[in-house]
Amino acid sequence: MSSTSKTLRAISVTSLRAAFAIGALAWGAGAGAQTITAVMQSGLRVLDPILSTAFITRNHGYMIYDTLFGTDANYKIQPQMVGKWDVSADKKTYVFTLRDGLKWHDGAPVEAEDCVASIKRWAKNDAAGQLLMPMVSEIKAIDAKSFQVVLTEPTGLLMEGLSKLSSSPAFMMPKRIAETPSSESVKEFIGSGPFKFVASEFKPGLNVVYEKNRDYVPRSEPSSWTAGGKVVNVDKVQWVSMPDQMTAVNALTNGEVDYMEQVPFDLLPLVQANNKVKVDTLDRLGSWTYYRFNHLQAPFDNKKVRQAALYAVSQERVLQALVGDAKYYKTCAAVFGCGNPYANNYGADIVVPGNIEKAKALLKESGYDGTPVVILHPTDIAISAAQPVVIADALRKAGFKVDLKAMDWQTVVTLRSSQKPVSEGGWSIFSTYSNLATSGDPVGNSTIASAGKKSWAGWPDVPEIEALRLQFTKATEVSERKEITAKIQKLAIDEGVVGPLGQFVIPAAYSTKLTGVLDSPVTVFWNIKKGQ
Amino acid sequence: MLAYIARRLLATLPVMAMVAVVVFAILRLTPGDPAAIIAGDDATNEKLALIRTSMGLDLPIHQQFTHWVGQLLRGDLGTSLLSGTPVLDMIADRVGPSLALGIGTMVLTVIIAIPLGVIAAWKQGRLLDRSIMVFSVFGFSVPTFVIAYLLIYLLAIQLGWFPVQGYRPLSAGFWPFAQRLWLPIMALSAVYVALIARITRSSVIEVMNEDFIRTARAKGAHEGVVLMKHALRNAAVPILTVIGIGVASLISGVVVTETVFNLPGLGRLVVEAVLARDYPVIQGLILLFSLIYIFINLTVDVLYSVFDPRIRY
Repeated sequence: MSSTSKTLRAISVTSLRAAFAIGALAWGAGAGAQTITAVMQSGLRVLDPILSTAFITRNHGYMIYDTLFGTDANYKIQPQMVGKWDVSADKKTYVFTLRDGLKWHDGAPVEAEDCVASIKRWAKNDAAGQLLMPMVSEIKAIDAKSFQVVLTEPTGLLMEGLSKLSSSPAFMMPKRIAETPSSESVKEFIGSGPFKFVASEFKPGLNVVYEKNRDYVPRSEPSSWTAGGKVVNVDKVQWVSMPDQMTAVNALTNGEVDYMEQVPFDLLPLVQANNKVKVDTLDRLGSWTYYRFNHLQAPFDNKKVRQAALYAVSQERVLQALVGDAKYYKTCAAVFGCGNPYANNYGADIVVPGNIEKAKALLKESGYDGTPVVILHPTDIAISAAQPVVIADALRKAGFKVDLKAMDWQTVVTLRSSQKPVSEGGWSIFSTYSNLATSGDPVGNSTIASAGKKSWAGWPDVPEIEALRLQFTKATEVSERKEITAKIQKLAIDEGVVGPLGQFVIPAAYSTKLTGVLDSPVTVFWNIKKGQ
Repeated sequence: MLAYIARRLLATLPVMAMVAVVVFAILRLTPGDPAAIIAGDDATNEKLALIRTSMGLDLPIHQQFTHWVGQLLRGDLGTSLLSGTPVLDMIADRVGPSLALGIGTMVLTVIIAIPLGVIAAWKQGRLLDRSIMVFSVFGFSVPTFVIAYLLIYLLAIQLGWFPVQGYRPLSAGFWPFAQRLWLPIMALSAVYVALIARITRSSVIEVMNEDFIRTARAKGAHEGVVLMKHALRNAAVPILTVIGIGVASLISGVVVTETVFNLPGLGRLVVEAVLARDYPVIQGLILLFSLIYIFINLTVDVLYSVFDPRIRY
């Protein structure tokens, strides 16, 4: 700040002190209560984290609900609500005992029956739960604090499901709430987590307030991702939504908010220049971006055409357009994410560099007849807007006839479910991004599901991948799982199931008044202290 | 006059019915799926289908329409598909900032623009007139968001006089309420001051050549009285029309200003609802905006006759 503006500021502050004093009195209601005001990546509207896989709803879930198990920074499963658990010698019967002192936000004790109902509802909605349930012969409460799960065959899926990071983690709810049909949103938001939801202050899409759950008994271990002690040091956390990111940055630099979950890359220099704001990458796993082909329709019903496209697109060019600063992105061919336990580099020579000559040659071999490639282009979400433009450019250079269709994200979501040919309003390619916390294994990663029309939009039909996914759910040894995921990686690239476009992290920014901000793939507000 | 007002109010009913049908039809023809927003990007088709069924979105269009009309007749605008909040509550939450912004902007605009327009007309062709017109051209040539960011940079960040963003209701105290509204009101007023000053100038110039102005001057009336009482009153009809349109558009659609200053108003709500395909919210808002337009048109028409006694209904 220049000396002139400093002087102006000093004069103005002095002259308006009286006026501000009046304002301060009005503001002062509730003063003394420590509140963290955070601008989240989007406004919270859907409150049921079992029904919705949206990241903001998941983050809301972690505020008010707790999980039986958590995952730490070493990808180890750690007990959270569970005190102790036993596994039978045949690895088919699990007995879980809840730790002491767990209470719902309405004051009732957490009981085993609540957890049984919660697991059942979660399993109906979640992809991992749906795979798990055919292998479960019984879930029942033994007494008020213990329940058992009996499997038909050993699987690691039970523990992984109960500790999953994202999306739709297995959050525990009171039985009466967990009995809500799986297709309907729950109406009461009572958990046993470290914060309580303040229903009276909730304004959908605008404002949500959480207050410290004073009955919460944190674990004694240090906090690590979603495991360990969730110690809350402030009275309240308020999430406010600001649709204009520039406004959020201005508010952060002006001290009106304390925390900004994601700073857009183009605005980073503004916050980096402010010594009262700290820029930090908290989700170090980050996200990956990718594109999907429509396997049902021409031209991408032809494997060689898909291969040509995979060769054409350069990850570096996509990431330059999407992120810009190389500090925040890296190229990566792994469909389970570089940095995740099942990372595999197969296909890096195909999907990373961008080889137009090879793409042209493959396209010629494929007999491509000039069928237009329709690429869906969402223009209202910055993080999804750049990829289609770069893909279109690369494909045109390789010899494809491309039609880049601009629309809002909601229209993309609707159109991408259409299985019709392009001539009847169908599509050929869409791109999006996903959290690596969600995509780290063949169960959570919906992009590699290849069961034809039953799969996610794109509908690849590769029975070998489906067989391997099933094998993965039954494998319990890490080495065996790595072998399986390596095979899936090879098939996913060779068959053009998904086109990885690279990885990126989005930094957060927060006031230097905040200390103890934790790094985690999901945004958490425990452990944070706020100074004056 | 009363009969005229009653007739106009009665005419509202078929207009609203038509609006309801058109809005409902257009929304159902627009691609988009609220179930996808609820379920998130990773949802399977089966899950989406289940959610659609639970919200009644899989019912035939005519059944959905009759259900909605039934709700309307009971005075219920329905509930948000996403949050389950009653639409009426959402509107009630958001109407305060929009009203405060709209009324504040129009009051500031009228206080500045009408005297400026009258002075420009009085000094037609002179330096003062040209200066005011240059200011007017600047006012509606520079986009509101540019003015908004300039004001934020200068008055909020550099001088620290105002907060950058946010809204506090009047119940939180007058100062917090006013402090957060000043910048958006100033940003928006720039456009409307420019517009209304120009309209005022041309209307006043038009009536300044009329016989009754010459008569007033011949009778020795003070120039101020000639301008404010005779000229301005007779030039009021087009000015009122522009003010009316301005108020209606301010309440329903100042999306950019509400976004830049993070005001939780109706303009932002309608954009959010459209992007999320939250049908009940969009339908409720468009009905409300239609009512606002009808009411403001009626008020302006009634005011015509107050300012110009030659107009009778």
